Amino acid sequence: MTAPISVRLCPDGPLLVRGADSVTDDSGVEHLVTRPVVALCTCGKSRRKPWCDATHKAIRKP
Amino acid sequence: MRVPKQRGPVSGWVCAVMRGHNGPVPALAAGSVINDADVQLALWMIYELHYRGFDDVPDDVEWTLSLIQLRRDIEVRFEAELRAATAPLPTVEEDLGQQVLDIAEADRGPSLALFLQREADAGQMCDYLRERSITQLKESDPHSFVLGRLEGLPKVALAELQYDEYGGGRLDRLHARLYAQALQAAGLDPTYGAYIDQVSAVTLATANVMSMFAMNRRFRGASMGHLAVFEATSSVPCRRIAAGLDRLGFPAEVAVYFEEHIEADAVHEQLAARDICAPMAADHPHLSPDILFGAAVCLYLEGLAGADLLTRWRPEARVAS
Repeated sequence: MTAPISVRLCPDGPLLVRGADSVTDDSGVEHLVTRPVVALCTCGKSRRKPWCDATHKAIRKP
Repeated sequence: MRVPKQRGPVSGWVCAVMRGHNGPVPALAAGSVINDADVQLALWMIYELHYRGFDDVPDDVEWTLSLIQLRRDIEVRFEAELRAATAPLPTVEEDLGQQVLDIAEADRGPSLALFLQREADAGQMCDYLRERSITQLKESDPHSFVLGRLEGLPKVALAELQYDEYGGGRLDRLHARLYAQALQAAGLDPTYGAYIDQVSAVTLATANVMSMFAMNRRFRGASMGHLAVFEATSSVPCRRIAAGLDRLGFPAEVAVYFEEHIEADAVHEQLAARDICAPMAADHPHLSPDILFGAAVCLYLEGLAGADLLTRWRPEARVAS
């Protein structure tokens, strides 16, 4: 039995995903998960998609 | 590593005690201890006995009472200076996790990372790598001292964060090791403590504050607030530094450390703020001001360290600290 996958949306931030083995992006490319928790980009501006690179902060700035 | 070279009477006294001499604990001169390389080195050496120690010092010197007394004297002065520099602290808000992230966002100091990305020459980049080696070659080690003092969700989240810092079960992903490899690839000395005799007082202070917060239980809130802001001010600067390394033609292995931290710290800032600081404050509301103190201290000292380097490199430019 595999551990359950959990997903949490951070306000104005990424999705935190625990327990996933891989993430498939919007082009169908599979990215292996190599750390205990990963942050997925939700703002669409990350340069390391599907991973969050904190670019959302620059967008939020007035 | 061996005992560093003394930088004045206080670190000189610590060196002597470590070699077996005895004598009254030296009094500290008036003035800033943050900018006093002699005092900061003395404190760094005393803390180091709890980490890796020194090849030429017996292990049981760790708990020499006069060293502990000097450590306490310096910590009292260090804390007072940090309290004054960060006063008044903001009022605690309902969502402390978000508040800590907002404090990190308020960073409007001169950008060291921007300079490294666009303007620094190779020598200045190496200068930066050397200064930062003091904290990064024992990256995350201070916070491991805090783990045993937490409970519930904050403990689970810190353990999860530390596991990632320590490579997630893979030696080749151990962050401190990635930093050593970056130093080596840049043609610098990757040996632990190699640059201790050269780094600035403020660099030593940025390392010492993490140990002070981590090794005093009363500072557990401050330690986690500091961690959250440290993580939340890391991803974007690491992206800039990686770009600067690329611009200067450094080998790709140097940038690996920074590339790793773009992604890792985008995760860690969320963990530290929302899963460590916020539930810690919910469980123990009296820790909230301490968490904000640690957050403010991180911003203050990292700002000083950045300004210190920019001033060293561009003495003609006026850098506000």
